[in-house]
Amino acid sequence: MNNDISIYVEGLTKRFGDFTAVRDVSFEVKKGEIFGFLGANGAGKSTTIRMLIGILEPTSGYAIVGGYNIIENVEMVKQSIGYMSQRFSLYEDLTAKENLNFYGGIYGLDEKELKNRVSWAVEAADLSDKEDVLAGELAGGWKQRLALSCALLHKPKIVFLDEPTSGVDPISRRNFWNLIQSITDEGVTVFVTTHYLEEAEYCNSLAFIHNGEIITKGTPSALKKNVIKRKVFEIESQEPDKLIDCFKAEEFVDDISILGLKVHIIPNREDINKDYISGFLKNKSLEFKKIDEIEPSLEDVFIELIKLKRENV
Amino acid sequence: MEKVIEIRNLSKNFKDINAVNELDMEVFKDEMFCLVGPDGAGKTTLVRVLCGILKPDSGCFSIFGLDGRKDRNKIKRRIGYLSQKFSLYGDLTIDENISFFAKVHNVKEFKDEKDVLLEKMGIEKFGNRLAERLSGGMKKKLALACTLIHSPDILFLDEPTTGVDPVSRREFWEILADLKREGITILITTPYMDEAERCDRVAFMYNGSILSCDYPHIIKEKFDKRIMEVVCSPIREVYKYMETIEKIESIHIFGDRLHLVFDEVKISVQEIKEELIKRDFNIYNIRLISPSLENIFIMKMEKRTGE
Ligand SMILES: Nc1ncnc2c1ncn2[C@@H]1O[C@H](COP(=O)(O)OP(=O)(O)OP(=O)(O)O)[C@@H](O)[C@H]1O
Ligand SMILES: [Mg+2]
Repeated sequence: MNNDISIYVEGLTKRFGDFTAVRDVSFEVKKGEIFGFLGANGAGKSTTIRMLIGILEPTSGYAIVGGYNIIENVEMVKQSIGYMSQRFSLYEDLTAKENLNFYGGIYGLDEKELKNRVSWAVEAADLSDKEDVLAGELAGGWKQRLALSCALLHKPKIVFLDEPTSGVDPISRRNFWNLIQSITDEGVTVFVTTHYLEEAEYCNSLAFIHNGEIITKGTPSALKKNVIKRKVFEIESQEPDKLIDCFKAEEFVDDISILGLKVHIIPNREDINKDYISGFLKNKSLEFKKIDEIEPSLEDVFIELIKLKRENV
Repeated sequence: MEKVIEIRNLSKNFKDINAVNELDMEVFKDEMFCLVGPDGAGKTTLVRVLCGILKPDSGCFSIFGLDGRKDRNKIKRRIGYLSQKFSLYGDLTIDENISFFAKVHNVKEFKDEKDVLLEKMGIEKFGNRLAERLSGGMKKKLALACTLIHSPDILFLDEPTTGVDPVSRREFWEILADLKREGITILITTPYMDEAERCDRVAFMYNGSILSCDYPHIIKEKFDKRIMEVVCSPIREVYKYMETIEKIESIHIFGDRLHLVFDEVKISVQEIKEELIKRDFNIYNIRLISPSLENIFIMKMEKRTGE
């Protein structure tokens, strides 16, 4: 197998009873890459991750993670990866430092190494005044940084992060991504899921999973080009809900989404431009501040993909 | 405007941490009121004190004119609380979960209300499904239905959309907008600034106190800087270069775009454009944008931590 490949997945499938959570999933992740795994709730992201890190046995298919087969060599897989679960799986009744020591022990670090890595972790996660606080009492952002540093203690070559920024404030999210970029600079491969699609922009490549199946893959810019082939307009208004109600009934609008006070629409005709939309809104006496033609965001891509899928059902 | 929540000088400490620190705040009737702030600011503690789960150390508050300490039980009947860690009974069906919460709240006649709620949440077809077999988005909707079964007048929602996918998140907000139209007052906390933007008023909480509280459009009007959005690559290179230009006050990366915050008195739009163009960057789009609450939130935080 190619040396540049860090994770190789072929035909991975997981059934729970008669329900197929993950169906014939194949993809590869290059070394040192940030790979974003996106999909709606229940799409099968966590289930896939749990198979890749060797804690859930696939029904069929296989994967090679960091050079080891997840079926034949589970123990080696577990040793070479770091994993941060969606629930941050910390021991809530242990302090931050005790959690680090505990995880270091699991990974079999010797005493000196453990000490080094724990001080590295405390530093990197900015936890120095929180060392003795119970994990259960830490606020979201700190919990998350603690969980991340636990996952990185043994210097894994590959880390799996399942919704690592869920419930974390905007500043902590930015700091978190700075940390992620710096570990990939050192050659670590990052496999990450998120529901914050602006974060997906930081990924080198993406895969969308829907109902257990991969529906599309590519770089963020390729996905935008391939999924959204038309123009996207952003309209700013104090009353986005009214705009949406109105656009919903309009035949020239294909797709509508809303982000704060900004409404994105994708018209279904080439000739529609800013003037047309502003004329239309004025005609209906709808308030708006500004219309721009914009580059589609990954959120637009996500909404479009899910919509296409729902229409096909 | 009628005040439904009034908080005066409220404090709640855990050992040496002042989670809520001499806080004053008011919420008006029928409004959607949003609490934002960094992790650990005290949002959840405040909500839990208001819901009567934690006892305050000092100060007072009232809800519907009822005293927060003395009339705790009366208040409880009129509020719905969706906690951050709200858990449904995974081994019960949707219907059974709702019945359970109806019993907890002593609601005898709830069959009709249940049907109405399930339909409102768009999960009426799944009544017999076990809660653990629901997707994350549907679970949140069911949880919301459970907190509404006793027809509360005010709802406390603590990060209700965390972990919910973008499509379900939108649907959840459509439901909230309907509840508000029906006259339910909503107090919500969220880490998503685009959600804060859709609320009537937004309070920014920091270190246990409210730093500022206002209507989103006023918060933005007060913000006297300009923001330029630049879609470009390689983004980190552009970021590093722009950081060397001192006249630009703050730079943030949002995925594939940079937001440059600047004061027009110090540097003009044209000058910034020239800086961008004269280097070998790929620039796909440059435009001025109105500040979002996220921009303002980050600026505020940077100031605080810089102090
Ligand atoms: N142990 C299990 N037994 C039965 N069904 C399961 C089990 N684990 C997961 N599932 C089901 O498999 C599907 C995929 O779940 P999974 O947790 O992988 O989704 P996800 O993409 O991670 O969603 P989210 O964004 O909500 O985290 C869901 O329908 C879930 O209910
Ligand atoms: Mg998951």
